[in-house]
Amino acid sequence: MNKISRRKLIYGGVAAAAGVGGLAVADRMAKRYGLIPPDGKGVYGPGETLTYACQRLLTVHMPVREFPRSMISKNPFANEISPRNDELKRLEAGGFRDWRLVVDGTVAHPLVLSLADLKTLPVHSQITEVACEEGWSYIAEWIGTPLSGVLREAGVLPQTRYVVYDALEKNGWESIDISEAMHPYTLLTMGMNDGDLPVPFGGPLRLRVPRQLGYKSVKFVIHITATDDIKKFGKGLGSVDPEYGYSWYAGI
Amino acid sequence: MVRATHWLTFVAFIALVVTGGELVISHPRFYWGEVGNVNTKPLFVIPIPSSRDTVPTGYSYVMPDQNGWSRSLHFEAAWVCVLTGLVYGIYGLLSGHFWKNLLPERRDWNWRAYRERMAQYLRRRPPGQAEESSYNVLQRTAYVVVIFILFPLVIWTGLAMSPAFTAAFPWTAELLGGRQSARTIHFFVSWLLLLFLIVHVAMVTMSGFWRRVRSMITGNLRSSEEGR
Repeated sequence: MNKISRRKLIYGGVAAAAGVGGLAVADRMAKRYGLIPPDGKGVYGPGETLTYACQRLLTVHMPVREFPRSMISKNPFANEISPRNDELKRLEAGGFRDWRLVVDGTVAHPLVLSLADLKTLPVHSQITEVACEEGWSYIAEWIGTPLSGVLREAGVLPQTRYVVYDALEKNGWESIDISEAMHPYTLLTMGMNDGDLPVPFGGPLRLRVPRQLGYKSVKFVIHITATDDIKKFGKGLGSVDPEYGYSWYAGI
Repeated sequence: MVRATHWLTFVAFIALVVTGGELVISHPRFYWGEVGNVNTKPLFVIPIPSSRDTVPTGYSYVMPDQNGWSRSLHFEAAWVCVLTGLVYGIYGLLSGHFWKNLLPERRDWNWRAYRERMAQYLRRRPPGQAEESSYNVLQRTAYVVVIFILFPLVIWTGLAMSPAFTAAFPWTAELLGGRQSARTIHFFVSWLLLLFLIVHVAMVTMSGFWRRVRSMITGNLRSSEEGR
């Protein structure tokens, strides 16, 4: 049997106590400052929480990587994974004049906006990269209006912690935290590369979240809900992704 | 400390290799530069079926999607690796472990020492008594490359694929030539690390697998010999 010196034992004890104490403090701080993601439980919870907490502290006020016009991809990949549903086809046939975006939840005045309404709001464009979790990517210019402006227009209430967004597609809902929602680059996108946003790329309306992976940039957005309680939505994990093992927070 | 971090890193690394391989299956194409997708010319393609039907592989079937748990486990194991590496790095610096055991000894800083050691391996000469408890110049060089070059590089290239991290530190992707370059380098460095693991285990096997494994767990080479 190895001899363990008294000094080693004391050092070990102090280190273990400091570790446990540190973890307890970290846990309380994390809860207080909202550093635990909705899917921060289970086997992969510690990893998700560490990533989300670090990225929030590190990147919350950072912009996003933008690229020169010359780097816009000539052949972007639309990644159409499900066939267009009938409702989308019907709206497309009408030139999307009947497209409506509902904004509700913890807001002072819920809104129902047409695309024409959205186009009266300040225009913002960004040349940013779509990076898919599978590994591929492309760069495009995205034109639209920041989500923050729409949320302010609706009078988003101070207790709001998450913004849930819903697609015309079944099960196409997602959510982001309020700091990501208010980020100037989080864009309600209606145009791409100097034209209307094509349907394969999510037209007429896609929420671009360029600081996270592609699957957070939901296509065909019809409904935005501000909330102070993400547990009320779906299985309470923030989106459907965690049900398939995917992270809710996709900034990595 | 060295032993505890060794085994933690071992477990995390195995998880990273398995899940990393699984993630490659969802897009077994590699590119150079900032962007790359099925509409752009790849640097090279791994001739395996994909877990996505949008990737043209030449195979008529699509593999099951395992990216969900693979991604979660990959990042969690990466955290274990990074935090363990941090503890090991601080310990190695403070305790002198790096200078004493890993940095090649001053007298071996020449090609002759490398040549001689190489010749000894190639002729299958048994190692001297000194190597029972210390590392020779080839071992030290391999460990230094793995610990101070390959692991930092694989972590850097991993982070350079993160959209949020690169938003904060754009140069981490730009210095590598772009996001897709980072992915390609990540892939090759992972192979180098796996190659190291294979050679490492082969070497351990040649010097008595269970005796060495036991000593890496208990820290006591002689007592495990007597225990037999």
